[in-house]
Amino acid sequence: MMVFFWVMVILISLSMLAFIYRLIVGPSIPDRVVALDSLGVALICMIGLFSILVDTSFFLEIILLLAILAFIGTVAFSKFLEKGEIIQRDNDHS
Amino acid sequence: MKTNDVILQTTTKIIFFIIFLFSIHIFFAGHYTPGGGFVGGLLTASGIVLLLLAFDLKTVTTALPINYTVMTAIGLLLALSTAAGAIFFNVPFFTHAFDYFHLPLLGKQSLHTAMLFDTGVYLVVVGVTMTIIQSIGADD
Repeated sequence: MMVFFWVMVILISLSMLAFIYRLIVGPSIPDRVVALDSLGVALICMIGLFSILVDTSFFLEIILLLAILAFIGTVAFSKFLEKGEIIQRDNDHS
Repeated sequence: MKTNDVILQTTTKIIFFIIFLFSIHIFFAGHYTPGGGFVGGLLTASGIVLLLLAFDLKTVTTALPINYTVMTAIGLLLALSTAAGAIFFNVPFFTHAFDYFHLPLLGKQSLHTAMLFDTGVYLVVVGVTMTIIQSIGADD
């Protein structure tokens, strides 16, 4: 069973390499934002796998924290791409 | 261009409370397991930042009328007075005391004075982070 988890670790490492490639050479900025969000998800999967491998539950809070940070970062990038500013002073159209 | 952010605003109203509850959990877990006042304060600040992203600065200041500078000052005062309180008991600065109590509904718990110091750290971190983000974000 441990071989299965190590194979998954190697596969996720390869996908993280692909995400980093897309992050560096991505032709447009939305490509890079999606690659950054996927990198966060791959990191969360990696921490979950290592949490199984070393048999501890201390990493689970870090998973939740990373998920929250990746979500807020993606929302901020999306709003910057959509509206051009991150924090609006006054929301006048609604 | 007229944009529609109903989904973001509706999701934020739920997710903000999840982040806030998680920050409270991290804050209270801080003595024996990973966590503490600093991480809890950063998580609360990121929850408020999510509110700022989904809504705007005016709505959030109306909903949470907190002066973050005063909050930083209160946190610093709390942390410093907890650390200095050890002097009056003839022990070195920053010495903490704890004892076990039987609380209703919670059972046997250990209450530390280090938690009061952590509350000060929490207030300082939330206050400083929100002051920085508001003064950068309010710049038009």
